[in-house]
Amino acid sequence: MKRFLSAVLAGMMALSLMAGCSSGGDETTNEPADTGDTTTTESTSEGLFPAVPKEELKVGVIHITDPAEGTGYTYTHDLGIQGMQKELGLDDSQIVRKNNVSDTDATAIRTALEECVEEGCQVIFATSWGYMDYVEEIAEEYPDVLFAHGTGNKSNGSNFINYFGKINQARYLSGIAAGMKTESNMIGYVAAQNNENGEVTSGIDAFAMGVESVNPDAKVYVKVTGAWFDPEGEGQAAKALIDMGCDVIAQHCDTANPATEAENAGVYAVGYNSDMAEKAPGATLTSVMWDWSVFYTKAVEDVINGTWTGENYFGSMQDGLVQLAPCSDLCAEGTAEKIQEVKDQILSGEWDIFDGKTEYEDNQGQTHTLKAEEYGTCNWYYKNVEVA
Amino acid sequence: MIRVIKTKEKSKKQQMMLRFAAFVLALCAGGLFLLILGNNPFAIYGTIISGAFRSEMAVQATVKIMIPLLITALGVTLAFKMRFWNIGGEGQLIMGGMFASYFALFHADWPGFVLFPVMFLAGILGGGIWALIPAFFKVRFGTNETLFTLMLNYIALYLVSWLQEGPWRDPGANGFPKIASFDKSAVLPKLFGVQIGWVIALVLVAILFVYLRYTKQGYEISVVGESRATANYAGMNVQKIILRTMFLSGAVAGIAGMVQVSGSDRTLSTGVAGGVGFTAIIVAWLARLNPISSMIIAFLFAVLEKGSSVVQSQYNLSTDCADVLQGIILFFVLGCEFFIRYKFVRDKKQAAPEGGK
Repeated sequence: MKRFLSAVLAGMMALSLMAGCSSGGDETTNEPADTGDTTTTESTSEGLFPAVPKEELKVGVIHITDPAEGTGYTYTHDLGIQGMQKELGLDDSQIVRKNNVSDTDATAIRTALEECVEEGCQVIFATSWGYMDYVEEIAEEYPDVLFAHGTGNKSNGSNFINYFGKINQARYLSGIAAGMKTESNMIGYVAAQNNENGEVTSGIDAFAMGVESVNPDAKVYVKVTGAWFDPEGEGQAAKALIDMGCDVIAQHCDTANPATEAENAGVYAVGYNSDMAEKAPGATLTSVMWDWSVFYTKAVEDVINGTWTGENYFGSMQDGLVQLAPCSDLCAEGTAEKIQEVKDQILSGEWDIFDGKTEYEDNQGQTHTLKAEEYGTCNWYYKNVEVA
Repeated sequence: MIRVIKTKEKSKKQQMMLRFAAFVLALCAGGLFLLILGNNPFAIYGTIISGAFRSEMAVQATVKIMIPLLITALGVTLAFKMRFWNIGGEGQLIMGGMFASYFALFHADWPGFVLFPVMFLAGILGGGIWALIPAFFKVRFGTNETLFTLMLNYIALYLVSWLQEGPWRDPGANGFPKIASFDKSAVLPKLFGVQIGWVIALVLVAILFVYLRYTKQGYEISVVGESRATANYAGMNVQKIILRTMFLSGAVAGIAGMVQVSGSDRTLSTGVAGGVGFTAIIVAWLARLNPISSMIIAFLFAVLEKGSSVVQSQYNLSTDCADVLQGIILFFVLGCEFFIRYKFVRDKKQAAPEGGK
């Protein structure tokens, strides 16, 4: 009896799969036909994809940790999503979040992406670097769904774009704060990746140039954790740098642990992602920040209006994507004024970091130029940088 | 004093009733938990079911979760039938995946009819060898197989870490430690929208069912499981049976690894097993080491997992809450197995004659 039942169930499963499959075929053919109508009525000029009515829109987000942490990378991205949601008046049920998706777990990443598609998302934001190849592959499998990948360097010009920005503008400014504050002339920098990663490396260089502009004697000591999210490793790296004698700790990693470690040791910190004065008020000079809502709002509007062009997004301080937190009272005297002066030059376009022309000397004695958009190719450290 | 004693064999009907009661109790306890969190338990349970079945893609995703779980459960079933406590399904899966990945990464130019069989055999070999090691030490030196197989899981996992940080690191990944995605030619094809692994799983169910029930080797496994002395007395070569069965047990888990890397992940990553090897043990036990029941149980687990992830995003319930819910259900369902076989009795002053059978 039991055996018979099992056999029946197995049979039913196989059948339902087949049935599911054939009906699925119909669905996919229906969909473009349906939405095709709306494009003709709206007749958008340059959009590659039909407009999606706002009420039917679903937005997927893949996070490497949980936004509930209240600080750091994921929290900042989620603030951006929330900002977009408020701006566009989307309902909570229209945002599908997949949290704690490890960037080294291929199964989890694919499952999360596919689930977003399955839950009906028309646009999916994958926020962490390590998701890139999987997003690329899934985007190929689902050409009607739009994918945007944060911080990466791959895209297909159609339904798979990447988004990032001139964070190095703010990093340069934060270097000014660190350079003016340090007394030991040793500044620590907790880096998620080594110099094979251009995002991290160009950030270190920008920061070091900011330091140099106000304090040519100071050096920047870099310690690499080897992971984007490694709470323990980030804290330990900061501690090691402090033990070496660094009295300001800057960071390019996901948690606020380097800042809290600095606070515990009575030294200072430059935060990243969100304003880390909230976590380490006794140490944070300023923070290099993203306001991702600028991009998320634009991208989702493009989906709603049918104006998605398939072009990559590279924002800046001018659009408000890149921000610097106000200088705290801990900063050296005159810091805020100095930063404001350079910031004004950046905003007016009078001066910018990585213009593609200026020659920079690296710590091996060679010279390089760098364009801001090509940050990914940067694998040299500026002359006042040393790997600790 | 309260004592635990073995009960008389319960009738099939009583057993089913007990299991059903446990399931209902689990739903109530889980519901209470959800209620405390401020959610409507009925809505959440409904979402779990609908989340797993609501669309063709949802069903496909559910089946995809089931594939490695079922195959690995079949693998550990072989060992457990022999009362060999193979807790190493996780590691054997990883090694199978790793061996298969070698060919997917470096010989993707081979034609499919060569490449896939080679990857399949590599998976068998990888998992098999990883299971043979503890089996060898068991028969030779009498080591504890539970600890041994458990520890090998971590070694396998860290081997993957090492490969992705060192020799197999994707040079195109800007220093990020990951192994490159396989070439499309090394990706298992799909049938009805799900990777072909589900067919392999169903074939394995049939093979194992026949193997365990109708072959001489299957019979030997049960005899060794019941009593090694009996097996010896009957003239069986117990050592050989243990080695052979453990190789097969690991080999089947290795197939799960091959199917996972080539069919689902399209790469080898540290998340390739992701606890499947441990969940498979629960699946195998709940299925009472029956391959066909394993199929049903693995499917139910897949439903629970797929459904919970929809609950997570729909109700903004943290992933941990979904895990707690799964834990509660497992606690009751596994707990009831205890009550099927044992009962509590209260000791009276004069030791009453109990269990007089």
